[in-house]
Amino acid sequence: MNKNFSFKLHFPILVFGIAAPFLFPGLQLQIATLWVMVLFALTWDIMGGQMGYNSLGNIMFFGIGMYTSVLFQVGQFAEIGAYTAAHGGDDFTFTNAQYYQGLVIGIIMSGVVAAIAAAALGWTVFGLRGPYFAIGTLGMAIAAGELMGTWEWVGAGSGISVPVFPGSAEARSLLFYFLCFGAAVLTFVVLQWVYKTRFGLAVNAIRDDEEKAEAMGIHTVRYKTVAWAISAFFVGISGALFGNITGIIEPLEVAFPTVTFGIFMVAMTLLGGKGTLWGPVLGAVLFHTLKEVTWTYFLGWQWVALGVLIIINVVFFQQGIMGWLMEKFPEKFGIVVENKEATR
Amino acid sequence: MTNYVIEVEGVSKSFGGVVANKGISMKVPDGKITGLIGPNGSGKTTLFNSIVGYHPIDEGSIKFKGEEISKYRVPQIARLGLLRTFQQTRIYSNMNCIENMLISIPHRKMKFVDMFGEREAKETMEEVDRLLDFVGLYEKRKLRSGDLSFGQQKLLEFAMALMNKPEVLLLDEPTAGINPTLINGLIDRLRRANEEFGITLFVIEHNMRVIMNMAENIYCLAHGEMLAHGNPEEIQNDQSVIDAYLGAH
Amino acid sequence: MVLVAAPVFNVQLLLDGLFIGATFALAAYGLALVWGVMNVKNLAQGDFVIMGGYIAWWLGTQGIHPLWGLPIAIVVMFAFGWGIYVTIIRRVIDKDLFTSLLATFGLAIVIAQLLNLMFGPEVQTAESDFAIRQILGVVTVAEIKVLAFVLCGILALAVVIFMKKSRMGQAIRATAQDPRAARVMGIDTDKVYAFTFSLNAAICGAAGALISMIWVIQPFYGISYSIRSFVIVTAAGFGNLPGVIMAGLGLGVMENYSGFVLGAEFQQATVVGLLLLVLIWRQVQQRKLRQVVS
Repeated sequence: MNKNFSFKLHFPILVFGIAAPFLFPGLQLQIATLWVMVLFALTWDIMGGQMGYNSLGNIMFFGIGMYTSVLFQVGQFAEIGAYTAAHGGDDFTFTNAQYYQGLVIGIIMSGVVAAIAAAALGWTVFGLRGPYFAIGTLGMAIAAGELMGTWEWVGAGSGISVPVFPGSAEARSLLFYFLCFGAAVLTFVVLQWVYKTRFGLAVNAIRDDEEKAEAMGIHTVRYKTVAWAISAFFVGISGALFGNITGIIEPLEVAFPTVTFGIFMVAMTLLGGKGTLWGPVLGAVLFHTLKEVTWTYFLGWQWVALGVLIIINVVFFQQGIMGWLMEKFPEKFGIVVENKEATR
Repeated sequence: MTNYVIEVEGVSKSFGGVVANKGISMKVPDGKITGLIGPNGSGKTTLFNSIVGYHPIDEGSIKFKGEEISKYRVPQIARLGLLRTFQQTRIYSNMNCIENMLISIPHRKMKFVDMFGEREAKETMEEVDRLLDFVGLYEKRKLRSGDLSFGQQKLLEFAMALMNKPEVLLLDEPTAGINPTLINGLIDRLRRANEEFGITLFVIEHNMRVIMNMAENIYCLAHGEMLAHGNPEEIQNDQSVIDAYLGAH
Repeated sequence: MVLVAAPVFNVQLLLDGLFIGATFALAAYGLALVWGVMNVKNLAQGDFVIMGGYIAWWLGTQGIHPLWGLPIAIVVMFAFGWGIYVTIIRRVIDKDLFTSLLATFGLAIVIAQLLNLMFGPEVQTAESDFAIRQILGVVTVAEIKVLAFVLCGILALAVVIFMKKSRMGQAIRATAQDPRAARVMGIDTDKVYAFTFSLNAAICGAAGALISMIWVIQPFYGISYSIRSFVIVTAAGFGNLPGVIMAGLGLGVMENYSGFVLGAEFQQATVVGLLLLVLIWRQVQQRKLRQVVS
């Protein structure tokens, strides 16, 4: 990617991100969700696009992050079992200091625990190539949601509520807006950096020919584990934020939404162009905007439309928007024949 | 006295009922070019795969610089400095030539933090340019490697192998499918890799002219067994080798 | 434990497990077929099953006995499979591993959502009006389940004979071994693929029709059947019919036991747990073959 082009995009996006909640106060939640979507697409692409391991269960880390966060937010100051038994916040009040301490630690731990979970689970599924990986991760995500729904300590099927924000509603939504935006920007910056290091090359090599990568002595398992852990870390954080925005965490619809967010991440990345840095961002913005604008006009057919979109995308437009641009204008992406004289 | 980098002792390997290698013993001397020939299906590639760890062997021992490697797995063996190329050329087809080269650096001493190490360090880039120049791909270095012609991909794979700085390079039919006029250039480069970089080569080859020209030492396999061993002249005059090739089964 | 106190209960669980397991095995055999022959990993497998179930159930509500719905489901699903092959699968078959997976994933969403729009999210059972018999005192056996079990056997046998004897069956097996060679020998591989995929859809349709009579169907149950099929095929390996049958029956029994011992809400988790176990077991096997590094 051309440096100038990247910079021309960074700046307006930053300005928009900071100004948006003040310019469009009514759309604050939708735009915050947009940043979460961008984060989803970016993190899915680490595995699905850059490394060629299509995980259909990344949403599992969303739920893990969400539960971890709330457990740390509450658990530092109260007994979890008693808290869930009392159905949430009314009997338990937190001081301002407790709330913010809990929130910060909760958010950090949600990322850490999700990353650890990914590294541990990675051991079981990374020997799995191709379809086994996809189906294995899909199964894990489904099972995670169902198991959480049977666990009384964390509120089982009826869920667990997050501590109540001590300030006004406006302050609350503004705070979480900027946390979501910050998380998305952080994800982008970190990914931009790691793709430029040896890590980026190694995961690309694994995507193109894992057997060759092994034969060349690359520590493939190490790279795969770290890739998934990075992905999980950020998804976990987004889970913590989203849980706090929602207010009440329920296992199937909110924490482990395999059939909504879980599918969106795949669809958005494919649409924008997998295996590129900007593709997922573009895909997420397009998808989310389209979805917000048209969703209600589909009268129940929106899910069918989503499935059709994935099929069409995969069958006819596999390279996505960025991939298509790269095919169309290879020179813009530095794909050129250069002779010695011109460069030396 | 000669040093042997690879020592194969009584290695057998069968797939189901098919015996691919039976009691094979051989040695690859350090710093030399050794050839492995034999009719199709004589077990050459199976022997290669056993050495580099693609499948377990049924019996016998394989040593690399005195270290038993028959239980090791592919990347471990590669990191010891024993590298192979594939009969079907394998490169990272969606990456450009430079990237292909950059990720082929030796991974022997990589520590965990090196995962996020600088990938385009000055010396590394110079090495990449030098090797791409060496195989004649410098002009095409920014193209998708998958778009290169088959012969160019083969050259790139060879350059990647050199980038890895192996001690021993196992080449599976390096000239197969390459235009005859390019073959001479490739032989020359293989020789130079051996002489200038000091890499021991162990080559499977069907092209007799190539192998007789290049190797000092040739092993001939037939029906999974070691048929003959000697210098090119001895092999050329060996009646059992001639019979095996002419189809006197 | 009830199971120890009343051993006869084990018979009940075992029988029910075997009855339902037979349908699992049938659907898994279809998956093994498309996987082995076309290298397509059909994530919509379970949704084909549920679709077959809805065909039989809907015909039942229209006054047609679901047993007659079975052949209709087979025919309809065969045609549907052909349509899907021509529109989608044909275009992804040559592409990389994930393309077919993601395309069928999209297809799975479409089918499940369409069924939901058409028939609503309620759990349904096709009424077959067969008697329920008591054996050994407390063990109940529904006649329809026995009949379904037998039908499963007959259908599987029919497919096996078809694959062995018929011209198309031979062409399919030839294509599975080496599509290039088959093409050179004059086999129209495109047609073979189309037929294989349709045959799989038909098999799923049959399994679904039977399931609708002996158990329950719901638009979003498809994914569990997909995972079950993957579990069975992964455990048994494709091209291993006895293995698929044993794994299918075994899975049915295990699910029934775990559902009884742990509680019904753990049934799905059991399937997934088994999937992971099977996958880990595969990994250990591969480790022996020096295939994986740690």
